[in-house]
Amino acid sequence: MRDVAVVAFAQSHHVRREQRRNEVEMLMPVLHQVKTDVGLDQSQIDFTCSGSTDYLAGAAFSFVITLDGVGASPPISESHVEMDGAWALYEAWVKIQAGAADTALVYSYGKASPGSLRDVLSRQLDPYYLAPLWPDSVALAALQARACIEAGVTSVAEMAEIAARCRRSATANPFAQLQGSDDADVLLKEPEIASPLRRHDCPPIGDGVAAMILAAGDRARELADRPAWIRGIDHRIEAHALGVRDLASSQSTRLAGERAGVGGAPVDVAELHAPFTHQEALVRDALGLGDGVALNPSGGPLAANPIMAAGLIRIGEAAGRIRSGEAQRAVAHATSGPCLQQNLVCVLEGDE
Amino acid sequence: MSGPLVLPEALRDVEAVRSIRAPARLEYRFTAGEATSRFLRGIASKRILGERCPVCGKVMLPPRGSCPTDGVPTSEQVELADRGIVTSFCVVNVKFSGSAMELPYVCASVLPDGADMGLFGLVQEIPFDQIRMGMRVEAVWVDDDELQPNLASIKWWRPTGEPDAPYESYREHV
Repeated sequence: MRDVAVVAFAQSHHVRREQRRNEVEMLMPVLHQVKTDVGLDQSQIDFTCSGSTDYLAGAAFSFVITLDGVGASPPISESHVEMDGAWALYEAWVKIQAGAADTALVYSYGKASPGSLRDVLSRQLDPYYLAPLWPDSVALAALQARACIEAGVTSVAEMAEIAARCRRSATANPFAQLQGSDDADVLLKEPEIASPLRRHDCPPIGDGVAAMILAAGDRARELADRPAWIRGIDHRIEAHALGVRDLASSQSTRLAGERAGVGGAPVDVAELHAPFTHQEALVRDALGLGDGVALNPSGGPLAANPIMAAGLIRIGEAAGRIRSGEAQRAVAHATSGPCLQQNLVCVLEGDE
Repeated sequence: MSGPLVLPEALRDVEAVRSIRAPARLEYRFTAGEATSRFLRGIASKRILGERCPVCGKVMLPPRGSCPTDGVPTSEQVELADRGIVTSFCVVNVKFSGSAMELPYVCASVLPDGADMGLFGLVQEIPFDQIRMGMRVEAVWVDDDELQPNLASIKWWRPTGEPDAPYESYREHV
């Protein structure tokens, strides 16, 4: 295996509604920032991969237009996944492992505000049994939360504590959309919006973008003082039909975590892409993360959850803790699809 | 599946479902962006505003905020003539629903003088079989009280009668 590291990461200030700029105008500043941070121009980047979904813009092939922010001439080696940017990172990592690239640019963006996100996300469900019913994303998460509470994975009280902790942590994150929180007992006085979920259990809907540079071996050491090395990465998927899944466990996360080597050594910090409060408990348990692990110090997706970018941002945030020297070993998790359908786990380490 | 599928008694005589119709509709509020908004506001006042790339100097039209070649924001606005060259075209012989156009008619890519990208539009006021690449055309705008920030403000393009542009002058845009 080749050593591959995150050497630069940038994200936008996530907002509820970006009405001024289109997607490519939002992306250019972060694309330019990561390239400037490592002193590379596009011609020195071997592979470029992005993650997004056309359903947010409501336009076919809309991702091709955002490529206009990259500088794709003379022609570049480029790919796109209709998934969270964490999976674009995975493709880039495979490309580097295959020896086809030493450096890669990964970016993703989610501009959810043009449409009704809760309805848009229902279009990813199976087209025969579920999609015609238009179950919205919060309702499906509520079914999972109920299953988790009944199975003893978490409780309404713990969920409120998770919400308060994440949004308080986010006060130190200048890019977060929501910062600060009332105490859990105050949150619990609010009405349920989709039983058992209250507003605080749900992620904010917002617009945001992120970009990252990966590099292999000595190239990474040239480009960054303290690269965040990807020591393990794996992704797994649950069955598409929600009805055949056990929503109160996340086998795909557990498997991905085992394959990525999460349990091989102590973990200092974990950035979990758990958009709903109960999902943090589910993912934490599936990865076997104990009390000593700082969970979502950035505030996580409960503080900013730009669809298709929030998973890549988890890896960027975890890498940032390592690059700053704050952490030696970090775990990043990304999810895609309803009720944690697909899960990616990445273990990052700094040089000793 | 293991074993044969056995339907419950109550469903034995029910007709099998062979297909379903599941109409889906989502509504979006499109964000034009800063550069395209500047362009569209110009159109509403009968001005065609391209934007120049600070690296390669090319003028994008309609501007979307970046130079697709260099990946940098376009910054300088450039007012372009509302006349230019037909760089390519097609004769439409198929009726589209909602279109009041009489068949056949011509859709063309028109390169306004000073621009490095063409605009799509109709070519009228000339028999369709006389339209050609290199033909010089000018915009025919809707009446001033009908001007809007969209390309319907240009009703169509019509020949100016000037000599055709040489192929070399627009070969990059075909």
